[in-house]
Amino acid sequence: MTFLNHFGRYVLLLKSLWVRPEKTSIYWREIARQMVEIGVGSVGIVVIVSCFLGAVVTVQTAYQLTSPLISKSIIGSIAANSIILELAPTVTVLILAGKIGSNIASELGTMRISEQIDALEIMGVHSSAYLVLPKIVASTIMIPLLVIVSAFLSIFSGMWVGEFTGVVSKQDFMTGAIQYWIPFMANFALIKAITFGFIISSVSSYFGYYTEGGALEVGRSATRAVVVCCVLILFFDYILAQLLL
Amino acid sequence: MIEVKDLNKSFGSKQILKAISASFEEGKCNLIIGASGSGKTVLMKSIVGLIKVNSGSIIYNNDTDFLKIDDAGRKELRKQIGMLFQGSALFDSLTVEKNVIFPLNMFTNMTYKEKMNRVNECLDRVNLKEANKLFPNELSGGMKKRVGIARAIVMNPKYLFCDEPNSGLDPQTSIVIDKLIKDITDDYKITTIVNTHDMNSVMEIGDYVLFLYNGEKYWEGHRNEIMNASNHQLNDFIFAGRFFREIKEQNNKRLSDEKNN
Ligand SMILES: Nc1ncnc2c1ncn2[C@@H]1O[C@H](COP(=O)(O)OP(=O)(O)OP(=O)(O)O)[C@@H](O)[C@H]1O
Ligand SMILES: [Mg+2]
Repeated sequence: MTFLNHFGRYVLLLKSLWVRPEKTSIYWREIARQMVEIGVGSVGIVVIVSCFLGAVVTVQTAYQLTSPLISKSIIGSIAANSIILELAPTVTVLILAGKIGSNIASELGTMRISEQIDALEIMGVHSSAYLVLPKIVASTIMIPLLVIVSAFLSIFSGMWVGEFTGVVSKQDFMTGAIQYWIPFMANFALIKAITFGFIISSVSSYFGYYTEGGALEVGRSATRAVVVCCVLILFFDYILAQLLL
Repeated sequence: MIEVKDLNKSFGSKQILKAISASFEEGKCNLIIGASGSGKTVLMKSIVGLIKVNSGSIIYNNDTDFLKIDDAGRKELRKQIGMLFQGSALFDSLTVEKNVIFPLNMFTNMTYKEKMNRVNECLDRVNLKEANKLFPNELSGGMKKRVGIARAIVMNPKYLFCDEPNSGLDPQTSIVIDKLIKDITDDYKITTIVNTHDMNSVMEIGDYVLFLYNGEKYWEGHRNEIMNASNHQLNDFIFAGRFFREIKEQNNKRLSDEKNN
């Protein structure tokens, strides 16, 4: 299928979500369930990734800034800015795309090939709305929250690693981070996270929902979902940077 | 009654259903039989609208053409349809009980107690007790089919569709499932359509039998007529196994003996 075919079908899938729910309470419950699955289920990996990202960016920045003329606090400023602008909202989310995207695509793909989606349709349930909408809502809410957690953790881990390794003291790191702080960066990070949360859930739902064939295709859908999500995240990362910065 | 007229369906250049017309009788067990790959599943899924046909009409209740009604009308009609899928299609993240209660949660305003009563009634109906809290992957094939049937009848449907209810089951369990479908059809006056390639089921429950061969209708009639049908493909299908061949030979022998005497 060509890109346009996929894009057209993707738009139609999104359009099909705008229906009156059969029962609102069930949709709310499903959204809550997905929020727990996507959000709470990803905390572990976010903690691990963020700690390492913060540590690495601090050590590497310090390695580049060897001149005695430059104040140590610059390390904190560069590290914090990179974390908030790129590492937390993009790199962390890329890793989440691998986890959440493959999860969504394989769940829906399995439901498709084992006729569970047909079973929903036969009951009179609007299967795309019931299955996809809660995932998109949950992911668009939870991924920004995870990004906020990730940003804080990365900055703290950067600060502590700087202190322990002796490249920059905690005080210097924080001074730098605060001195060059631009409030819009936080908004920018959130806008990115919301966009990426939507991309991950909707694109992987698309690939899962339209799986055809057998177990092999479920695997393929999951892989394709993750690859396409990653490319789109990087693409929109650039677009948003160009537009908003 | 469900009437299909001139149903055609192709996948790409391959025509799967070729001008199928049939009328499935109200309150009876209607069977669609045919070899593997003859298009039974495609026909059944077309009738319930899971597959879009290329041309033809599907008429429920003498008035609604299923292919022409809008989305809302289709949703309404579907609430009168229950379906058991070839692979059972139970929601594997939900327990047996939650699977069966699902349509009630979605479409009724019954209290939890009323819903549970209905669920247990249906599970009793299919002779499945003490499996409420099990997950689908903890069930045997036959149990899955039963849960599938329970889920299909929980909303009191007017139409019940079963795609190969006894594929993958031993002969004894198959008969139990067949009998169950037959009883449910009679008790609740449901119009039932069953896909099968099991000749035992045909002889047990086939009030009306439609024989598909390569996506074409080759024969239709009552199960009592099937043994003496003269259709060549149908005969090949029925008498592929030795058991039915021998019955037929004995039958013929008895008939000719009677004639000679
Ligand atoms: N989605 C599809 N795309 C392309 N071809 C299909 C599709 N679904 C079914 N077919 C083809 O339609 C034909 C009939 O398939 P169908 O599943 O209806 O057979 P069946 O009679 O149900 O067989 P079985 O008894 O094995 O279940 C097969 O040749 C199959 O290859
Ligand atoms: Mg089939």
